[in-house]
Amino acid sequence: MMVLVTYDVRTSEPGGERRLRRVAKACRDFGQRVQYSVFEVEVDQAQWIKLKANLEGLIDPAHDSLRYYFLGTNWQRRVEHVGAKPAADLNGPLIV
Amino acid sequence: MKKLLNTLYVTTEGASLRKDGENLVAEVESAERARVPFHMLTSLVVFGGIFISPPLIQALAQLGITIVLLDRAGRFQARVEGPVSGNVLLRRKQYKVAEQPDEIVRSFVTAKIANQRLVLQRALRDYGSDMPPDRRERVEQVVDRQAAILRKVAFKTRGLDTLRGAEGEAALGYFSVFGDLIRSPDAAVCFRGRSRRPPLDPVNAVLSFLYTLLTHECRSAAEGVGLDPAVGFLHRDRPGRPSLALDLMEELRPIFADRLALSLINRRQLRAGDFEFQDSGAVLLNDDGRRTVLTAWQERKKEERRHPFLEEVAPLGLVPHLQALLLARHLRGDLDAYPPWIWK
Repeated sequence: MMVLVTYDVRTSEPGGERRLRRVAKACRDFGQRVQYSVFEVEVDQAQWIKLKANLEGLIDPAHDSLRYYFLGTNWQRRVEHVGAKPAADLNGPLIV
Repeated sequence: MKKLLNTLYVTTEGASLRKDGENLVAEVESAERARVPFHMLTSLVVFGGIFISPPLIQALAQLGITIVLLDRAGRFQARVEGPVSGNVLLRRKQYKVAEQPDEIVRSFVTAKIANQRLVLQRALRDYGSDMPPDRRERVEQVVDRQAAILRKVAFKTRGLDTLRGAEGEAALGYFSVFGDLIRSPDAAVCFRGRSRRPPLDPVNAVLSFLYTLLTHECRSAAEGVGLDPAVGFLHRDRPGRPSLALDLMEELRPIFADRLALSLINRRQLRAGDFEFQDSGAVLLNDDGRRTVLTAWQERKKEERRHPFLEEVAPLGLVPHLQALLLARHLRGDLDAYPPWIWK
């Protein structure tokens, strides 16, 4: 399934930068960055539970927020992209 | 059902691959060209001089993602894989059956000939009316001959040598008319009988390249269900030869490789400019040609079809894995015979 993970991490106090970096890294392990704090992750149930637990352990719930949008398995028809930085299709032919 | 995972092909000379967190990152001249999470991948195929960082090799081996190293011409060089998985009892059974493999070989051979015949029939149906009468007649004769061979193979009493002989005879007839199916007006893109090591014309170059890709898929499939890829039934054991992968591949060749090669050439997606003609007479795909073939191959693997035995819709890319699974079930005794894959 495809999950869109977005986050907001407050960086104005000590430790904020560090949390932000860690959240971004955790998301990147499972998916691709499509905008600054927006990741598309395509995972199965087990992988999702792992990622979710990981992310929720990293943030400070008093200041930061995470939002998940579940797009299911037929997500291709539900996503449209306009403008710069088109996302790579990780299911298409991968040839470098 | 198992998910069809992706394969990353790296063909750019001088590219370097490294691990970053749980991602595989490909860089060309220090610019990032691709970033793929490991969980999306089932294998990595690398052509020629490409750097792979040691931590990446270790991570891929651990996750069971195979690394296949090919040379610039697409010939197999090496394969990096983690610990052998699977089940000793199954492998023992495989070795035992390999002593007396008649029934399994009959399935492989029947399906291979049937699929070859389907390729010819399909061509006759799609553009048989455009063919000159003599060419058309030649193809029709081979179609009839193959029907006769299929009837002969069906007799239970015939031994292994008859089966191997029938397979050879069918292949000879098939490749004698394969060139008649080519519709490209380009005289340089031709087929003069099957030749390999090296391929002597463009069509053979495409076929050889596709067979290499298919061998790699079949070998992973055999290993994925815990079979020993080196112990075959139709192909005799020889050190270093993935006989079982070659066996599994026989029935898939006509549809997975031959038909794909024909469409690429007949649709003129491959032209003379996509090949490198060497002084020795060898013909190889060049970088552009290889890219075209790889893209088409990856797209073809995603096409969905109903599996004739399992009666479930599956992408073509999973078929080698499903066939390996059915073979393992037959060896374990869960299935009375090995049900081959026949294209519809």
